[in-house]
This record gives sequence, structure tokens and C-alpha cells, in this order.
Amino acid sequence: MYKIIKKEELNPTVTRMDIEAPLVAKKAEPGQFIILRTDEEGERIPLTIADTDKTAGTVTIIFQKVGATTEKLGHLNEGEYIQDFVGPLGAASELEGLKKVAVIGGGVGSAIAYPVAKKLHELGAEVHSIVGFRGQELVILEEEFEKVSDKFVKMSDDGTWGTKGLVTNALKNLIESGETYDEVIAIGPVIMMKFVSALTKEYGIKTIVSMNPIMVDGTGMCGGCRLTVGGETKFACVDGPDFDGHLVDFDEAMDRGMMYRPFEQKKREETCRLYTKEVQ
Amino acid sequence: MPNMSAKKNEMPVQAPEVRNKNFEEVALGYTKEQAIDEAQRCLNCKTKNCVAGCPVNIDIPGFIKEVAEGRFEDAYQVIAGASSLPAVCGRVCPQETQCEGKCVRGIKAEPVGIGRLERFVADYHNENFKEEIKKPESNGHKVAVIGSGPAGLTCAGELAKKGYEVTVFEALHLAGGVLVYGIPEFRLPKSIVQKEIDGLKALGVKIETNMVIGKVLSIDELKEEYGFEAVFIGSGAGLPKFMNIPGENLKGVYSANEFLTRVNLMKSYKNDSDTPIKHSKRVAVVGGGNVAMDAARSALRLGAEEVYIIYRRSRTELPARAEEVDHAEEEGIIFKFLTNPVEILADENRFVGGIRCVEMELGEPDASGRRRPVVKEGSEFEIAVDCVIMALGTSPNPLIKNTTKGLDTQKWGGIIAEEETGLTSREGIYAGGDAVTGAATVILAMGAGKTAAQSIHEYIKAK
Repeated sequence: MYKIIKKEELNPTVTRMDIEAPLVAKKAEPGQFIILRTDEEGERIPLTIADTDKTAGTVTIIFQKVGATTEKLGHLNEGEYIQDFVGPLGAASELEGLKKVAVIGGGVGSAIAYPVAKKLHELGAEVHSIVGFRGQELVILEEEFEKVSDKFVKMSDDGTWGTKGLVTNALKNLIESGETYDEVIAIGPVIMMKFVSALTKEYGIKTIVSMNPIMVDGTGMCGGCRLTVGGETKFACVDGPDFDGHLVDFDEAMDRGMMYRPFEQKKREETCRLYTKEVQ
Repeated sequence: MPNMSAKKNEMPVQAPEVRNKNFEEVALGYTKEQAIDEAQRCLNCKTKNCVAGCPVNIDIPGFIKEVAEGRFEDAYQVIAGASSLPAVCGRVCPQETQCEGKCVRGIKAEPVGIGRLERFVADYHNENFKEEIKKPESNGHKVAVIGSGPAGLTCAGELAKKGYEVTVFEALHLAGGVLVYGIPEFRLPKSIVQKEIDGLKALGVKIETNMVIGKVLSIDELKEEYGFEAVFIGSGAGLPKFMNIPGENLKGVYSANEFLTRVNLMKSYKNDSDTPIKHSKRVAVVGGGNVAMDAARSALRLGAEEVYIIYRRSRTELPARAEEVDHAEEEGIIFKFLTNPVEILADENRFVGGIRCVEMELGEPDASGRRRPVVKEGSEFEIAVDCVIMALGTSPNPLIKNTTKGLDTQKWGGIIAEEETGLTSREGIYAGGDAVTGAATVILAMGAGKTAAQSIHEYIKAK
């Protein structure tokens, strides 16, 4: 059992938790993920590690309540326990030696883009963060990004936060204005990573994306997380989750992500009803 | 006088048309009378070929003699001297190629039902004897075991009995390895596995789940920072193989590992499970081993109307246990022998819509001694299915190899370990089971775990 040390609602749908898992905290690097189960009957879900406190022995996760498991997780409170918490899984992001990087975060994906930006900043790289949300009410980690970014571009779909528009518009503007990057790192919805990669391909800028497909074990055993990268099948859990954005078959990844959509919606509704009943 | 009946006592089973809709155990086990009658078929011959055929050398005529005379608990004690998981092995061992394959009764008629008797004896013991397991006095030496499948559990048990402080590290959230994620409930009830694990805990074995060795801790850290004097690697062969044919990444294509893990470990066959599984109407399983049979029969139980097993060789080459093939056929699985898939076809929503296959014929024997299947020209045909499960075998996970310096492995990934001792290229590090041999059987893994435990004992004693 793994204790929830701290819980914070970042916006109406996104929650941050610090989980006591000292061994995981000690080894975890930006880009890696954990798998958790909330309870004995729970599903295993992967979540990318948002931060660690190696002295306190905690691992930070940031999640959006999108399914039954994240719904259940969101109802747990400080001092309560999570059944299973395993990691760090996957390969760490390769950040050494980069001098100037554009880090792009979209929606809750910003929670994973942030530790990458932070690590790059610590390594002395020039960091341009481009972060996008649907609107002001969904913004997370604004101050954190501010601290680790040499340039911080805020974008929103409805114009209530920063500039109205897509992160790709902002990236294109920066490139067109003469900025040059060793690498672009994009983390967010698959559709966003697809369009960022399409843009940077035109300019020939190496682009890394972080994939988060459906998986069960997270150690290479099930193959459920397979993706096509450069024509070859790769397992996101062990070969990734970071991949060359110019080689990933995003359409296939989006399609595979839809496999259990009807089940997931039904489960989530059932779970929500359970909680509503409890309240009544 | 021995019982000279040419046939084994038949195993009572759930009727095929009933069991293919539930996940309860198929075989129900012998009654006492059936067990005694079957035991009396053993001639107690001098050659005892059956013992030589058993990877852990159980005194088979010895335990059968006790059964014949109605002393079931004595029979159990004979088996327990050699095997730590008899209730498991009686159910999943390929007896026809091991003990029963060597039985002299098998020359002219059916061999003695050794597996069925082993199962009877183990179940009898489990039902009637609640033994107080006592934790042996600690000898103060710590050993780490990686993986809680048959190899790891056996190694841990043997060492714990000798007084070692054993910690088993398991990557998943539940101990048991392939016994819990792979082999379905209807073939091996999970309560049996749990009982074995509880027995180990009573012996003082610590089981740490959610520990992916190679990620959270390395073997070198276990040895240097955590004080484990020896390490046994029993991490199995968990990586699935795919065919690399078009359409393999369509929705509705599973590796058998994923399909079985969802069903067995995550209990997705239960309606209230949080873990989804696709409930398909027409399923094709590719492969001919036990895993293929397990996947096909699970798919049927999840409600599929038609389930095919597609195998590129003929019936005689099927690597699965004979009993599983018979059970699968009785339950209505359709076998497509000498058939090989070339493409998986999509429906309009990019789910599986069908599978395109070619017919094969058997040519000259290949390196494995089996006749090599070759494609019959112009024989392409399609089967309409909405799910495809690839059960083509598995290979060892490279995680430990990649994080343990100086640990030599075969080109295909198997850890190199001495057969007689289990010792790897690194001092104090032993390995056994599928991690060394590639996918094999529960009993071979147990044998390797037992061998390594003995070597570890000698190694630590000599230090």
C-alpha cells in the first residue's frame, strides 16, 4: 500500500498527488512512468511521473479524471492509500547535451512537459516553453513553467489565457522569427503531437514526443501498447515512452487508443453514480 | 493382482457444452475408489522408467503403491519429498511426454494415469490435512529471488526450509507468475496457487510485489546495498512474439499474453471488472501450444460463437498437452491445421474484420527435427473473424540482462546458466526456468529452481 502524502486540486478536473514510494522516487527520471491500481479490483493504469522528491521519498502524479480509475483516484484523500504503485517504468528522456529546446505542453500533458523543462533548465539549456489549454479555468503549473523557462508562451483555445490559438501557431511564429532549436519536445494529446511533428518536419527540427497508449503490465509483457515507429512495431512501455515524432504513426496510435472507448465511458458513469449515491 | 484394464480410469469432467460457458475447473478429480483402481494398474516394474521421465524424479511407483493401498497422506509425503507444487503439476505437466510417456503399460495400452493420481493425492492432502507450517530457525543468510513463478517459488521454498531469509521480488501486483497471469482458472484454480504462496509465507518467505528488478533496484544493488548473498533469477519468458504481418496493430489483435493477463490476472471475464476485454463473436488464435489452447478456450468462455486455432503444421506436431487439445476439440474449438496467416484484414472502423491465410504442406525436417511447413501456391483464403490472438511463443525479458553487468546471455536473450548448478557468469547469481531455457514447462522451471537452491546453499556454506 502506498500513502497519499499530499493532494491538491489544480483545476476542476486535474489533481496532483504526492505518493509515498521512496524506492521509485530515488530512481525516477523525467520521461518515466508508473502504473497504479487504486484498489484490489482496480485496473492497472499508467501515469507519467510529474516530479519526485528524493529526500521525502515521494513521487508526484498529475491526472485528469477521464475514466473510472482516475475518478476513483480523485476521490482518495491525503492519508489514504493506493493499492499498487510500480515504477519507474520506461526509458528516461534523453536531455543531456541539448543547448536550446522548445518544450511544448498541451492540456494535462503539460504536467509531464514540466519536469522535462525543469530538468533541461537545471542542465543549463535555454528553454522555450509553449503551453496550451482550452481556457483559463484549466491552466495548471503556470508559476512552475515561468520559473524554468527562458521564454514562456501561453496559448488557449478561447483566448482567456495568453494568446488565442494553437501551440503549433506559436511554435511556427518562434521559428519564423529566427529562433533555432536543437530539439522540440512535445507532450500532450496525440493530435497535438501529430501536428507539432508535421510542422517541425518541414523545418527539419528533431522532435521527441511522449506516447501514452493503453497498457497492462508496463514491462514489455503484453504488447498492448505497441506503436508503429518508422515502420517497425515498438512497445511504448519499454522502447519508449519517448519516440521520434517524425517516425510515429499517430493515426494508428489515436485509433488504438479508442479500442475500449464504449467500455470506458460506461465504467466511468457507473463509478460516478456510486459516488453520487454515497453523497446522498 | 494388478488391474490389467487397458484404459485409464476416465477423469470426471464438466460436460463440454456446460464448461465452455464458465471459468470453473474442467476436470473434477478422481474419487477415492477411482484413484485406488487406477493405482492398481501400476505394475511396480523394476525399470521405473517413469521416474527417469520426471524432471524432478518423483518416486512415482512409491507414491502409487501407497494410493493403491488407500494410504493417501503417505502417498502425499512421498511426492512432497521431490516436488513442492504437486497440486499444480498434477494439473499442468505434459505427462504424455514425461512420466506417462515412459510407462511400460503404455506400450500395449494406455499408461497409468500418473498425473491424475498426483492431482488426486495433492487435493486429498489439501482438503484433509491442515498442517502447521513452522518457520525454520533463521541461519542469518539472505537470498533474493527474482520472479514468483514456478522457478522462483520452488527456489524460495527450498531455501526457506533450510533456514535462509528469502525475499521474492515480483514485478506484477500478485505473486504466482505464469500460474496466475497465464494459465486460466478452468485449468488451474487460483486458490491452489494462493495456497502454495501462503505456505511459503508461513515458512518465512517475504514476497515484495510491484518490484520490477532492473528498474526500481538492480541485482547489484540487491547484493551490495541490501545484503543479499546470492540472487536467483527466475524472471521467466514474458515477451510476446508477433508475426510481423500487415494488420497486426488493428484493434482486436492481442498477444496471448495480453489476452490471458486481462482475463486471468485482471479478471476481465467478470462483469464488474474494471479491466476491459473485447467480447468477440469469431476469434482466430494463431499457434498450437498450451497458451494457444488456453486463449482459444478463454475466448469461447467469454461468449465467442466460433473460435479457430490456426496452426501451420499438422495435428501430430501440436506442442500442447494432449488433454488440452482433446478438451478444446470437445468444447467446439475449430482446428485449422497446415494453415498460416499472411494478413489481418480491417473492417470499416479499423477493428479486425478477417484473417487471410495460406495452406501449408509439410516438407523436409528442419533444425528442430519437425517437418518444415511450406506454402502451397495459390491457396489463399479468408476467414471472417473480429478478433485475432497471437500465441506464437515468448522470449525472456531483456530488462535484467540490460541492467546487470557481466551477465552472459544467449543471442536470443536467454540467460546462460550451468545446467547442473544454475550458476550464471556472475558469482553468486543463479538463474533457472524460462529465463534460461525460453518458454518451457512449469515442472522444468521447478526443477531448475530446486537445483539452484541446492547450489546456493552450497555456495553460501562454503563462503
